[in-house]
Amino acid sequence: MTRLNAAIPEGPLADKWTAYHSGCRLVSPGNKRKLDIIVVGTGLAGASAAASLGELGYNVKAFCYQDTPRRAHSIAAQGGINAAKNYPNDGDSVHRLFHDTVKGGDYRAREGNVYRLSEVSNQIIDLAVAQGVPFAREYGGLLANRSFGGAQVSRTFYARGQTGQQLLLGAYGALNRQIAAGTVTLFNRRDVLDTVLVEGRARGIIARNLVTGEIEKHAAHAVVIASGGYGNVFYLSTNAMGSNVTPVWSAYRKGAMMANPSFTQIHPTCIPVHGDAQSKLTLMSESLRNDGRIWVPLHKKDVERLRSGEVQPSEIAESERDYYLERRYPAFGNLVPRDVASRAAKERCDAGYGVGRTGVAVYLDFADSIKRKGRDTIEALYGNLFDMYRQIVAEDPYETPMMIYPAVHYTMGGLWVDYELMTTIPGLYAIGECNFSDHGANRLGASALMQGLADGYFILPSTISRYLADEIHTPRIDSSSSEFTLAAEAATDRLKKLLNTKGTQSVENFHRRLGKIMWEYCGMSRNEEGLKKALELLAELKEEYRIGVRVPGGLDEFNPELEKAWRVADFIELGELMVRDALQRRESCGGHFREEFQTPEGEALRKDDEFAFVAAWESMAGGVEPEMHREPLEFLDIKLSQRSYK
Amino acid sequence: MNFTLRIWRQKNAAAKGGMVTYSVRGVCADSSFFEMLDTLNQQLVDEGAEPVCFDHDCREGICGTCSLYINGRPHGPVKGVTTCQLHMRSFADGDTINIEPWRAKAFPIVRDLIVDRSALDRINQAGGYVSVNSGGVPDANAIAVRKADSDAAFDAAACIGCGACVAACANAAAMLFIGAKVSHLALLPQGKVEARERVLTMVECMDGLGFGGCSNTYACEAECPKGISVANIAMLNREFLSSAIRKDKAKPFSGGF
Repeated sequence: MTRLNAAIPEGPLADKWTAYHSGCRLVSPGNKRKLDIIVVGTGLAGASAAASLGELGYNVKAFCYQDTPRRAHSIAAQGGINAAKNYPNDGDSVHRLFHDTVKGGDYRAREGNVYRLSEVSNQIIDLAVAQGVPFAREYGGLLANRSFGGAQVSRTFYARGQTGQQLLLGAYGALNRQIAAGTVTLFNRRDVLDTVLVEGRARGIIARNLVTGEIEKHAAHAVVIASGGYGNVFYLSTNAMGSNVTPVWSAYRKGAMMANPSFTQIHPTCIPVHGDAQSKLTLMSESLRNDGRIWVPLHKKDVERLRSGEVQPSEIAESERDYYLERRYPAFGNLVPRDVASRAAKERCDAGYGVGRTGVAVYLDFADSIKRKGRDTIEALYGNLFDMYRQIVAEDPYETPMMIYPAVHYTMGGLWVDYELMTTIPGLYAIGECNFSDHGANRLGASALMQGLADGYFILPSTISRYLADEIHTPRIDSSSSEFTLAAEAATDRLKKLLNTKGTQSVENFHRRLGKIMWEYCGMSRNEEGLKKALELLAELKEEYRIGVRVPGGLDEFNPELEKAWRVADFIELGELMVRDALQRRESCGGHFREEFQTPEGEALRKDDEFAFVAAWESMAGGVEPEMHREPLEFLDIKLSQRSYK
Repeated sequence: MNFTLRIWRQKNAAAKGGMVTYSVRGVCADSSFFEMLDTLNQQLVDEGAEPVCFDHDCREGICGTCSLYINGRPHGPVKGVTTCQLHMRSFADGDTINIEPWRAKAFPIVRDLIVDRSALDRINQAGGYVSVNSGGVPDANAIAVRKADSDAAFDAAACIGCGACVAACANAAAMLFIGAKVSHLALLPQGKVEARERVLTMVECMDGLGFGGCSNTYACEAECPKGISVANIAMLNREFLSSAIRKDKAKPFSGGF
């Protein structure tokens, strides 16, 4: 029996959202005041949703673990945001953006959702400009665009290499306006530990005040999770240190299904790992692939000389270089989608052609562009990225090529949601990166900002009114009911258990080990044997963690080790689910590459007849293995084909 | 590399704090400052002691969470970088490094090296935005902006809200922070509509939060990890003066149509 109903509206693709929108039930202004909504997370999705819901007149409570909403990790998005404006007149349209996104996702996303995303994309740019987001402009005063991977048009709007920062500050401004107006109440430095259900509906959350350690009960008519991705399950990723899966995992444990959890994006252009003490990886924006050319030496003899420092990269003659992306994918060249570029880098390094001290890096070379466009132009486009690189690596990318290697960056999987962005728990919504909806098995560059803001500013505020229209007679939810009390007690018990384990190894230690298992067996390429081994290793790790973790400090105080301990416990469980999902999907698609399923050229080999579905996992009580449900994907507009960027 | 660290420890806002000396060994020169502190904290956890609390998140120089006062300077000795982008190669092996929290009346200590900077949020809540709703706005290209103005607005908008300017200032003034926001919006046609009211409400809010006044030492600009210019303070003063004068002249509306 399946409970999955995506509820995509009937009618032609291009009319679905308009028809839904104009037919959706509404809540009158007088009633909105009486309805409470909790929003967990204040990144692009959460801040834009909280602000928009506040503007509409709902009573909103917004939660973030950071000291201020403006620090949510959306702030770090660099390259840009896509929209189908077609300002450059290069042939873009809503349908083309939709098509590129579905194809880029290797045909594992819903047509209806993605089409809506493309439609809404243009409104986001209009709104951001109205808010004062300083997008890049041409001398005529109008907006500039650049290209991103997986597209042959220039549809990406950007603010130097800090687009996420500027868009988040726009949303933060909108949020601040509502906080000042009294429609939104902000709860900063809070970890959201549990979702509270009353009679099967999401009615609130349990939060821990990170400063005082107090366990708080917060009630509402509906709960929106916007807590971002779970890339930190790999320990090393481009995510912020605090990014975590806990709110999502609490919802999963309470019955919300997790969809395609193994779909992870490994971003091709990150600064390579330098050593064992490393705590995080830094992205170098995909936009750099507009002007940078990726290469490794053509001959092994040069590899050795480069690694030992005997020769400099600039001394390798043009004919002695292998621009492997341009060679393999002449139509898209350096701008192939991320999954393709990452695998190609891994393939060259595995074959022994990697450069740098460790041999696990490839060059991203700007010499040609600097010669052609001038250093000033390159500096204006990417100055902050070049500075960042220089600061971290202590080499000057204007003089010598950058060294890059793929790193975990984004998670396409997440909470299963229907067309209205509601999870399988009534009244519980998931928006932004924490849901699974729009990117299939691989997200295109500059589409995360688009999706987060589309969900938050435009889609959720519209769809949530359908649910809340039935709630106008429900009085304010009482947070002193037994459901809240029990959930609060359970949270306190779990925290105490972590503190009282008094083992010998730090949380950090376990997290690193978890990351190694996930990267080794459930990373850029996966196979049945490895995944089965990972399941065993994770079960062992989980047990060791239960008896062997050491968490210093107390319950009722600021205690970062305790915060991490809870998060890592959730990550270990999530890791198991990701491995299960990767194991069942006996095909390759997008970022999910099963070594057993590849074309003779080494490209991902999909099996549409067997696997054109969303895998939605339901948590089972009492240590029983989770159960997988299938949501079949129907493609009526797009013809399925093997992706080709050649 | 090995270092001696002198670190401010303080259990909570009410407790008395003090400097405690630690030694940390075997740090790689390519490690970031926080990775060095991670190494120390790992040592402390292994010894059964309580690790040092410090604020950090993105570790790539953009979220503005980090806030360490290192050897008497916000974000340490290297110009133009946040603490998280400071690397140990910027120090000499065997150095003694002093690490303190931001010190300002408006930033009370939470624990150890962590301070409460919500005063900066409150200033932004007092008008640091353009009052538009999610809908009913014109097409993005209906608003043309001179490239030079747009670039200048971006330069101001690059502020990460870390509070280094306040920590660097002898008076703990927030003028660079607020100046950056006022300039960013006042330079753009979208923000001009409310510019007069905005500067007045933001300054009024700032004055009530315990920040000091500006005495033009420019320490804020020198220590800002994002190179925000003191020209923004000049613009803030101009905007404030002209708005205040106009406000005084404005008479309550008493006529009829």
